[in-house]
Amino acid sequence: MIDDLPDPLMRVTGLTKLYGRYVGCRDVSFALWPGEVLCVVGESGSGKTTLLNCLSGQLPLTAGKVEYDTRIDGVVDLATLSEAARRLLRRTDWGVVHQNPRDGLRMAVSAGANVGERLMAVGERHYGRIRGEALDWLGRVEIDGGRIDDLPATFSGGMQQRLQIARNLVTRPRLVFMDEPTGGLDVSVQARLLDLMRTLVTELSLSAVIVTHDLAVARLLAHRLMVMYRGEVVETGLTDQVLDDPHHAYTQLLVASILQP
Amino acid sequence: MTTPSTTRAAGYNFAYLDEQTKRSIRRTILKAMAVPGYQAPFGSREMPLPYGWGTGGIQATAAIIGPDDVLKVIDQGADDTTNAVSIRRFFALTAGVRTTERTPEASIIQTRHRIPETKLAAGQIVVLQVPMPEPMRRLEPRETETRKMHALAEYGLMHVKLYEDIAHLGKISTAYDYPVKVNGRYVMAPSPIPKFDNPKLDMSPALQIFAAGREKRIYCLPPYTEVKSLDFDDHPFEIEQWDKACALCGATDSFLDEVIADDAGTRVYVCSDSDHCAERRAAGHIGATPDALAETP
Amino acid sequence: MYVAVKGGERAIGNAHQLLAERRRGDAEVPELSLPQIAEQLGGAVDRVMTEGSLYDRELAALAIKQAQGDLVEAIFLLRAYRTTLPRFGFCEPVDTAAMAVERRISAAFKDVPGGQILGPTYDYTHRLLDFSLAEPRPTAQPLATEAPPAPVVPRVVDILNREGLIEADRPPADSRVGDLTREPLRFPAARDVRLQNLARGDEGFLLALGYSTQRGYGGTHPFAGEIRMGAVEVELVPDELGFAVPIGEITVTECEMINQFRGSASEPAQFTRGYGLVFGQAERKAMAMALVDRALRAEELGEAVTAPGQDAQFVLYHSDNVEASGFVQHLKLPHYVDFQSELVLVRALREQAARLTMKEAAE
Repeated sequence: MIDDLPDPLMRVTGLTKLYGRYVGCRDVSFALWPGEVLCVVGESGSGKTTLLNCLSGQLPLTAGKVEYDTRIDGVVDLATLSEAARRLLRRTDWGVVHQNPRDGLRMAVSAGANVGERLMAVGERHYGRIRGEALDWLGRVEIDGGRIDDLPATFSGGMQQRLQIARNLVTRPRLVFMDEPTGGLDVSVQARLLDLMRTLVTELSLSAVIVTHDLAVARLLAHRLMVMYRGEVVETGLTDQVLDDPHHAYTQLLVASILQP
Repeated sequence: MTTPSTTRAAGYNFAYLDEQTKRSIRRTILKAMAVPGYQAPFGSREMPLPYGWGTGGIQATAAIIGPDDVLKVIDQGADDTTNAVSIRRFFALTAGVRTTERTPEASIIQTRHRIPETKLAAGQIVVLQVPMPEPMRRLEPRETETRKMHALAEYGLMHVKLYEDIAHLGKISTAYDYPVKVNGRYVMAPSPIPKFDNPKLDMSPALQIFAAGREKRIYCLPPYTEVKSLDFDDHPFEIEQWDKACALCGATDSFLDEVIADDAGTRVYVCSDSDHCAERRAAGHIGATPDALAETP
Repeated sequence: MYVAVKGGERAIGNAHQLLAERRRGDAEVPELSLPQIAEQLGGAVDRVMTEGSLYDRELAALAIKQAQGDLVEAIFLLRAYRTTLPRFGFCEPVDTAAMAVERRISAAFKDVPGGQILGPTYDYTHRLLDFSLAEPRPTAQPLATEAPPAPVVPRVVDILNREGLIEADRPPADSRVGDLTREPLRFPAARDVRLQNLARGDEGFLLALGYSTQRGYGGTHPFAGEIRMGAVEVELVPDELGFAVPIGEITVTECEMINQFRGSASEPAQFTRGYGLVFGQAERKAMAMALVDRALRAEELGEAVTAPGQDAQFVLYHSDNVEASGFVQHLKLPHYVDFQSELVLVRALREQAARLTMKEAAE
């Protein structure tokens, strides 16, 4: 029944970001449901990263609205949140995974501290429990627990990325923003990471907005797909439908340019 | 011993600073008292002593001292260390107030790096000299960022540091300037007092003023403020211990200085708080080697 | 043999006495007089006045004598003295366009209205030690008086301004000028406070930072638009009169740097500015100040901030040599209580490690 459908976790209406006369992204609208993964695909310059930064509150909007269903205060227009509330949201209910893991990690502290920081930030005061949780999460992202006290600089690129994911998931966020999470990694490492992400998303009922130029990532992870070109959304729909039967000329171009196995 | 007030040097306003400046500093102190642990900025002036040598403490003392006050100045717990002598002379010269070495007789105690062992009373004011008021400075060099963290009570980074210590060394490795949480809200740097002195900050009947001249900040602990040293539930805060007593007076519960007594490297341990030690000896407490620090003839 | 820490008072007294003797030096040698310092060590006096934030040649000379020529110490003396002085008013902004110019050059144009006036400069001297200076010599004849009296010359930047080629440099009419000597530095720091900080900042520090911007650490593509040195009038508006009266004259050096232009196909391009102003004749400092001023405007002008010279918090927090000297040298103060704390900790850690190794060895 329609009344049994959960409310969307996030609703975006007419989101526009302009830089003077240059269009970052224009008139983007969609809803994201709990447990749903949405991939935003396009080439560089398509506006997908601008869109992501607007959604996660890092860029102010020129026009439009982003509404989020918070745990405590119901549906909130993100533009009305104080900076304190926004920072708290980013540390607890949201995750942000950067393309370059160095941007999302504290390189000067150990892996364990990186994973435990969010817990300490929300008041966890038992060293043993913090370390235990950190160990648990390292296991979940397939990092050897023996490396808990090592600095991230000693990790491989793939491990750093997995560490970044663990760091974000430790507070069990409901929504994760990811910007090219597999960018810069070897193909085999990518495959392993995607597999892990797919497992985690299902296990934890995560919603995610993932920006990528790589359709293979979209195919593997996303329920829905949004194709962007020059700041506008040109096509949107269920992943398989869009990839198997693209309507828009640009989407057709994208799909055609992947080597089919 | 308490020295009587002297005639102060002509040509200076009482306690050196002009009244406007003193008023502006007192306003800052009041603001700081209203929000315990919050670092209030103030227009610090150049003083005749260098930045880093106690100009903040001197300005705070100068702003609050009056002709009826009795001033004690200590550095490393002792009245006769060179900088304490220098600062005491400064106030004798510019304010002509009575000075003392006896903690219970002082109305204002300006101190560097120690809190007196003798319990303080209501009505006393302690002015502590602060080099770096920002507890998170080594973790985050940007002032704009630390200010935001204080405003939003984002102190996760402080506990990350403590976590790292335990992970790598097995215990928290901060020995002095050990960060504290004030009144359940602000995290504060108590100045480089040894962590041994942290418990004295909590619920003290005295007013504690922390002044940083070079960094231009004042923060306060009004009397009877709750102050808790940061720690973990399973790694609680603990103070230094010695398995020795003061060689001069036998005290086992005071902070001990380690003194190298001769060319052979013999160690002698004596109370850092010179007044406390002298009082104990006057009351008849004698340590194991009371002549350990006598000058060799 | 243990040396007691007692007797601090006496030790300090003796130290002061020794210092006074050292300062005087050999009694056979004539004592320095303040006029000698003010007249013949003008470079030192100018620096001490600028960084001491006080224009008084005689006081600066005294400070230099008292500090035995250690200029950072002299600057400290002057600043501390300044604290005791009451402020009785604010002068009108000094009009450098009306300066009685002794020296005025521009690297941006071959010739400019008013001409290129070299004035008294080291620029084209050959740095060969002049041993004739070792002996006092008869006073030379002053330069022939065929030279005209110091003219009032228009500013090069004003000439560029007429064509709209360089950005205007006016603060908004209702803006209040900050006062670094009365209020603590807060960030973000506005340009007026930044310039105050740089004016009294250590010359060596600013020189190094300015140099770094020329070597790729955040470049600003500077041209020396104009450097001028000479006397300007200081005017005050007394409440009783309601109009400005001149209260004296000071010598300043002003440097206007013309920097990387901004603009595009759609926005009219304009050069940007960097500014330096110091007491006396101190070009090196004025130029370094102008380079750093411009570098600190990077964010405002939409440039990437990548270099230390562009980092306002780094530059402005560390430019004051009175603060820097105090804190660096404060390490000489006793720190033995904190050190004792660390000794206790280090011994405990070593004990812990030793017990662990023994335990492992036993297993």
